[in-house]
This record gives sequence, C-alpha cells and structure tokens, in this order.
Amino acid sequence: MDRAEIDRRIRDLIAPFNKNDVMITDATTFQGDLEFDSLTVMDFVAAIEDEFDIIISMNQQAEIETYGQLVDAVKKLVDAQ
Amino acid sequence: MSEGISQPDAPVEREGRAKGDLFAKFDDLIAMREGLLASGVEDPFNLVMEKVLSPTRAICNGRETILLGTYNYMGMTFDPDVIEAGKQALEEFGSGTTGSRVLNGTYQGHKECEDALKEFYGMDHAMVFSTGYQANLGIISTIAGKGDYVVLDIDSHASIYDGCAMGRAEIVPFRHNDIEALEKRLKRIPADAGKLVVLEGVYSMLGDVAPLKEMIRVSKEAGAMVLVDEAHSMGFIGEHGRGVAEAQGVLDDVDFVIGTFSKSVGTVGGFCVSNHPDFEIMRLVCRPYVFTASLPPSVVATAATSIRKLMHGSNKRAHLWENSRTLHKGLKDLGFQLGTDEPQSAIIAVIMPDLTKGAQMWEALLKEGLYVNLARPPATPANMTLLRCSLCAEHSDEEVSTILGMFERAGQATGII
Repeated sequence: MDRAEIDRRIRDLIAPFNKNDVMITDATTFQGDLEFDSLTVMDFVAAIEDEFDIIISMNQQAEIETYGQLVDAVKKLVDAQ
Repeated sequence: MSEGISQPDAPVEREGRAKGDLFAKFDDLIAMREGLLASGVEDPFNLVMEKVLSPTRAICNGRETILLGTYNYMGMTFDPDVIEAGKQALEEFGSGTTGSRVLNGTYQGHKECEDALKEFYGMDHAMVFSTGYQANLGIISTIAGKGDYVVLDIDSHASIYDGCAMGRAEIVPFRHNDIEALEKRLKRIPADAGKLVVLEGVYSMLGDVAPLKEMIRVSKEAGAMVLVDEAHSMGFIGEHGRGVAEAQGVLDDVDFVIGTFSKSVGTVGGFCVSNHPDFEIMRLVCRPYVFTASLPPSVVATAATSIRKLMHGSNKRAHLWENSRTLHKGLKDLGFQLGTDEPQSAIIAVIMPDLTKGAQMWEALLKEGLYVNLARPPATPANMTLLRCSLCAEHSDEEVSTILGMFERAGQATGII
C-alpha cells in the first residue's frame, strides 16, 4: 500500500474525532492542534489498528506527535506485514 | 499523542519562575490546585487524621468522622489478635530488619507470612514485597522485558504501567473490560513474541469487576501468560476471599496473582502468588524485591495473622456485601449517578458533574462528618471526578443509614441532587 492510500484512509478515520474541523496537514499535532485527550487517542488508535490490522503500541505512540509521523509509522507497520 | 495523560495545549508559565527551574513542568497542576483552594474549600489532598478510633471512625480536622474511603474492607486494622501479633513481633524481633530480603532482611515472620499466603490461595509459591506498588512494578518489569508484549486494560493502576515502562516491554492497551478488543490485539502480536496479559479483578475507580473468565480464556488461546491484580477483591470476593478469579472459577488458570496488605489485610506490603515451577528464581532477579529493605517484623506478623483470620471471614464477607448493596441502592434512590448499575464490589463511585462541584461535595460531606476519596483526572477514567466510597465489614447497618443521610444533605446543599 502506498503512502497516499494510507494517508487517504487515515483521513477518513480521523474525521469523527476532529471535532473542531481542524485543517489537517502532515505538521498537525494531535495534542496541540487537535486537542486529543487520552480517551480520544485510544479510540482513534483502535480505529487505525482495526483498519490496517496492525498494533501501534504505546511505546510507538509516544514517538508520534504529528499527523505526518502517524502516516509514516502506519506505512512502516503495514509494509512489515 | 505522546502519553496516556491529557495535557492542555498551551502551558501556563508561572510568574517569577527562575530560568531552568525544572518544576516549571508542574505549573498547570499548581495552577489547578491554587484555583481549587482559592474557591475556599478545604484541601481534599491534605487531610490529617489526628486520631484513629476504629476501622470506621477517626478525628479529622477536629471532627469525629465516619471513614468511607480507606479500603479497609475487612476492618482488620484494630483486630485484637492482629494487634497482639504485631506487638509481640515488635518486642521479640525489633522495629525493623534494616536489610534486603535476599541478605539480612528475611526473618521467621517473613516466611510465616509467605506460608499464610500460600495457604490462603492454595498455591505453591508466595513472595512478599515491601508494598503492593513494588509487587506489580517488580513482577511485571522482570518477566516482561524488551521485545515482549504486555497487553493491559487501559484503566490499569499506575503500578502496572510503571512496571511495563521499567521492563521496556511493548505496551498494548485495550478498551476497559472489552473482551473483543483484547482478543483482537492478542491475535495481531507476532506469534513467537512473549505475551503477558495484565488484568485487575476489581477496578478501583468505578468499583467494577472484570470478565476474567472470558478474558483469561482468550489470553490462554493466544499463548499468553496471565497476571491478575486482586488488590481490591482479596479477603472479600470469592468463597474463600481469594478474589474475582476465584468467584469466576478461573483461579487455576491465572499464572500470577498480585495483591496487597494495605487493603483487606489492614497493614502495608505487597505480594505475588504463583504455581509456576521456577517462581523462586524471581527472588534473585526482581530488582524492586532485591534492592529495598524488607518489611518490619511487626508488619509481617500482623499481615500473617490477618491473612489467616481472613480465611474464616465468611460472616464478615456477607455483612460487607449487605453494606455494599444498601449503600448502592440508597445512593441511587437519592438520585446520585453511580459508577456501576449494580454493586459489584465494596467500592461505590459517585460521579460528580465536575471537579469544583466534586470538591464542594467532598467538603460538605467532611463537615457532615464523613470521609470519602475525591478522585480526579488524570487518575480517573474518561476524565471524571469521582467521590469514591469504600465500605468496611465493620460499618454497622446504622452507620450506613447515617451515611445516606449525610449524602442526602450534602447533595442538596451543593445542588448535585
């Protein structure tokens, strides 16, 4: 799966969590720009995990601050399958 | 999304902070606390009990107070046999061991305490730690290392998360008490990776019980080892008070049970019991066990005596269930919103609209002469503010109805009901 496809699918998944309709770019941060709290993070991560049949451990989540980093991380996990 | 704790996006810089002051990271919390105290309420996190009269009564800030937030479920803290055992050990073995369990810190009393635990749970091995926190920290960090996976409920206790972090295992959380979410995650973990599933019998924030039977089944099918923290169920839940795993008939499938002496047992300390044939090696490799002083002789003597008495505590268990049901129903009838629809344990969580209202209610109860725990984010699930009530087998029927009267008056005074 190429990066653009992963990006498109994650964009669909993020919509219900993006309560303030923030414009999403690779530099958008989850905590700052999107104001995700811990529960939102858990639900959002679970949605991505189910979509791509992967696990994003909390250790990996700790390294992800921006939307772009998330897409890259998911691509890596999908490629490793 | 760097951690499981929510933080506001723009940290407030505290005025007058010296450059390079490492305490700057606490500014938000300092501001929140100052805001709360500025509203004039008594500090909920700075209560001093000047005198403790019994497992259910103390003098707090000069007032005689009913204790409804101590986790002293079985009321063993003033049991005459327990007190006597402690006094005797204090006189015969001194005030402390001044040593690690693996060097000069294992006395006769520590062995007797471990023997009592083995008998209590009907298991082959028992290891006593200096606190319950260290039991989770030690066991989890030692058995799940780098490259292993720890799959845990998102609402797990801090000691479980800290154990995972210390062991550097991959942490995979799943939605609270969600069997399907657990199963899905287990199936996605590489088949050859080491897997530990960590569950709690009773979750202390809402007082709800885990569906251990199904969760342990899916964990075993995935080839995972299972650790269950029974801190809030020991002594009370299950026919012999062994906890939720006993009550659900799956204790034999649990690889490690973690527990504490600071709740039903009525003192301080933690433990792990297991049937793993090589369990004893943990005494040499578990750092939070090795690199700290062992419990004082009086503490292990009181613990051992209390554990043996808890084996025969079925009448007390029955009365505690009665208390839990009465309080739950009473609070529900008064119109309070509770953490569980039915009473599932000796913890009843009353959900507050927000922290300010919660603190006002907490203070109103204290002035009525009732102590409960105020729990606030980030320790609580879904950022709730809770008034947590933990019942004691020594609360009389009369006390429970007095408590309900206090809740009614305080709830009306603060406009919560």
